[in-house]
Amino acid sequence: MRLIKQSIDRDGSGNITLFPEEPEDMWFAYNLIRPGDRLRASAIRRVTTESATGSTSSQRVHINLLIAVEKLDFDTQSAQLHVSGRIIEETKYTKVGQFHTLDLELNRNFNLEKKEGWDSVARNLVKEACDPVKSADVWAVIMQEGLAHLAVLTGHRTVLRQKVEMTVPKKRGMGRQGDHDKALEKFFQTTMDTLLRQIDLTETKPILLASPGFIAQGFLKHVLESAARTGNKALLAQRSNFVVAHSASGYLHSLNEVLQTPEVLARLKDTKYARETKLMSDFMESLFKDDGRAAYGPREVEQAVEKGAVGRGGGVILISDSLFRSQDVCVRRRWVNLVDKVRDTEGGEVRILSSTHESGKQLEGLGGVAAMLTFPLEYLDEKEEDEDLITNGDTNVITS
Amino acid sequence: MSRHKLVKALDLDEELDDFNGGAESDYDEVSAGDREQLRLGTIKVREMLGDESGITNQEIEDSLWHYYYDADKTVTYLLSQMSNSQPKKSKKKKTGDGKAKAIGPSPDDVVRKAQNTKKPAPKAVEQSAPPTIGDKSINGIVQGVSEITIEDTKVKGKNLDVLAEFKKSKPRNAANFVVIGHVDAGKSTLMGRLLYDLKVVDPKTLDRYRKESERLGKGSFALAWVLDQGTEERNRGITIDIAMNKFETEKTSFTILDAPGHRDFIPNMIAGASQADFAVLVIDAGTGNFESGLKGQTKEHALLVRSMGVQRVVIAINKLDTVQWSQDRFDEISQQIAAFLTSAGFLAKNLAFVPCVGLTGDNIVRKADDPKASWYTGPPLVSILESSEPVTRALEKPLRLTVDDVFRGGVQNPLSVSGRLEAGSIQIGDTILVMPAKEAGAIKGIEVDSEPSEWAVAGQNIILHLAGIDAKYLKSGDVICAPLAPIQCVTSFKAKVLAFEHITPMHCEIHKGRLHAPGRITQLIAQLDKASGAMIKGKKPRLIKPGSVARVLVEVDNPIPLEQGGRIILRAGGVTIGAGLVER
Repeated sequence: MRLIKQSIDRDGSGNITLFPEEPEDMWFAYNLIRPGDRLRASAIRRVTTESATGSTSSQRVHINLLIAVEKLDFDTQSAQLHVSGRIIEETKYTKVGQFHTLDLELNRNFNLEKKEGWDSVARNLVKEACDPVKSADVWAVIMQEGLAHLAVLTGHRTVLRQKVEMTVPKKRGMGRQGDHDKALEKFFQTTMDTLLRQIDLTETKPILLASPGFIAQGFLKHVLESAARTGNKALLAQRSNFVVAHSASGYLHSLNEVLQTPEVLARLKDTKYARETKLMSDFMESLFKDDGRAAYGPREVEQAVEKGAVGRGGGVILISDSLFRSQDVCVRRRWVNLVDKVRDTEGGEVRILSSTHESGKQLEGLGGVAAMLTFPLEYLDEKEEDEDLITNGDTNVITS
Repeated sequence: MSRHKLVKALDLDEELDDFNGGAESDYDEVSAGDREQLRLGTIKVREMLGDESGITNQEIEDSLWHYYYDADKTVTYLLSQMSNSQPKKSKKKKTGDGKAKAIGPSPDDVVRKAQNTKKPAPKAVEQSAPPTIGDKSINGIVQGVSEITIEDTKVKGKNLDVLAEFKKSKPRNAANFVVIGHVDAGKSTLMGRLLYDLKVVDPKTLDRYRKESERLGKGSFALAWVLDQGTEERNRGITIDIAMNKFETEKTSFTILDAPGHRDFIPNMIAGASQADFAVLVIDAGTGNFESGLKGQTKEHALLVRSMGVQRVVIAINKLDTVQWSQDRFDEISQQIAAFLTSAGFLAKNLAFVPCVGLTGDNIVRKADDPKASWYTGPPLVSILESSEPVTRALEKPLRLTVDDVFRGGVQNPLSVSGRLEAGSIQIGDTILVMPAKEAGAIKGIEVDSEPSEWAVAGQNIILHLAGIDAKYLKSGDVICAPLAPIQCVTSFKAKVLAFEHITPMHCEIHKGRLHAPGRITQLIAQLDKASGAMIKGKKPRLIKPGSVARVLVEVDNPIPLEQGGRIILRAGGVTIGAGLVER
């Protein structure tokens, strides 16, 4: 993403023009644009004109439209963003109040004016999106016998591209081992074909292979052998990009564990997802210690911030970016205020985790927000929780 | 109009002919269940109409099909038809006769007659509430079948009373046991030795294994190869998947489930343990090995089998020759293990300890011949196994079988599944329902302990040869159940969980036998009192500590077949975080 023009006043009002360059930028745009905002972007609209005689003709015209955003729709697989809303500026072809769905395009400017003004989270997001240092994409194949998940990890997203599921017969005693070996071979072949359909062999991206037991090793062996057999030079050249790691299962949530193995960390130390995974596991560790220095869930974290426990000297708040995507302006403001308070008043650290990474999903399971505290708060928590129970009864469900 | 009907009847007749031509396993157009209903219905209608009516079986069947097997409506319809077509009757009869001459009694009828004579009396049929559907979809079959309630448990095939047959067969005691323990404790070798000494494996085969394993530089693995048949298993010298073997003693027939010890393959071990009646815990007595094992899978395995309902454990303290058959070592280990197992909830009277050496066979089938082992006066392992009490089976319950494996059973049987019958009984010809696919199929053949059989009952390890269902609807972990009492599939359920590790709302895998599914613990509902199971009042837990009991809400992405009271294991990040009972 490139920042083309920025005019933000001290009170936060103003607008920004951005130039998305790659699919990843659409994810930023999705997090940035909120219902109520004014978005100006180029659009193709079919315009029907009626002549004096009553005959109609329609033509497609390129126009610049300004809409008040009502709904956003992000397609994770193709990274396309559709923003729908009402047109608020009359043009030659359109009237005010008509509906239009803008499909944001790569390499075309769009201009955004925020209804609620540019808060700190939005401004940081723009800064982050325009950071020229790109984190490398990584492919991951998480497998177990008869099951493989192919995912691509970009800086801010984990996208499951394909799932391979096959029945592999179990071992069956004397002389029947062939069935199992044959089915396993077929499973490897299918997974490899699927992988080759997905990746671009001309790029050099690390490819993580992870499984319990020896499946990943077996798969790598199969890939290299069949590449050698078929003389697939492009694939053989990727040999050094394969990283075999251990995972507890073939399900996607095992990715968390994979990203913490030394083999993988050595290759991907400074990527955002590796950092996020580390943060999350640090938090879990602290939670398991049960010394009262870890808080999770909206209410608990807010209390901790109020008590000043998320401040200088190790206070960290982890917050999922999905909380800022809330349709409700008040909800977003609640979290922005919390984050601002921690960063500016308390001096603690703020980490916004991507909700599509496995670490972010783990955080969402905990209510979307968690904090590591500078001093234990156990006693207070209990008291407050009791009050919660009295006021809310059994309805204090963790929001997710 | 009647002409029209005749043409239709002719068509159907031809179709039925085709059916007979193409073996008994044709369920494409008119399912077996439907045909059975037609037959029963025809008999009933015949009784109602009396003999004098000139109506052919075909017409009755046609009308039955039309009225969804409602005999009363059919009779009214046929009678009205008869009076309406009275003038045309001669003509119709002529054509009918012509048809009869041309075709003769349909082969189907012949079969049916044969079936009728073979059976003493047709089963009493109760016509239940008006049927709602009758198309030829699979759903229709299921519902159709559920609409007739037959006194017997069985619908067709030989219509055996399986439970009576089972009693008649005077079954000898059967027991499944799972062999558990830390990796490299010698589980497979011990069982290999047991099978060899009981002459289940002949010396020739073992000689071959010995030669082959020596070629790989793993001479001591020869006995383990009896169970570790996998290519990968042999090359790496570890067990990966459950091996199932059978042996018989004078009193009991045993099935060994040799579990892998490596932590990566605990899902396979769970699958094996879910089929076991009792467990054999193998412990490496070697210096340092016991201690590391206790921290490792010795502990995890023991807790897992306990939470899956295994009550009795035989502890085989293996490799005692490496410590010169030291009685002190044996006592030390026994004490520690006994203390641990009782704290895990096993009763002391259900524990038995044997010192043994798997590699040489001391105290396995024969008594140890090493003079240093003379201090042990108890029986060898096999005698202890025999003293296990027979387990009661849920024979009367509705059919449940968790699919262990889906494979090609041979040229004759392109689709076979194996597993242990958990509840109920089954016989050839039964219609079954596969969950969560909700697909019906029929039983073409049954193998009990690799022997062909007409029927099977709960507790037996069986192979089912299936027909009328596609392989894509079956995978290991699915549940085969009776269409009349299907198992429910759930996407979220409450469970009472004993925590092995810290539990927070988190991602985890849900294991139940072969079934495993990714899911999430979404809510910690309440902490429970460990002894009474009552809810601890006050605060809602934010963290469940290891060793405590809690009620949690679990959600899964895709529906999984789970029943109330089902025992599940929750795992995350390669460790077992808890075990529990499904509540709802």
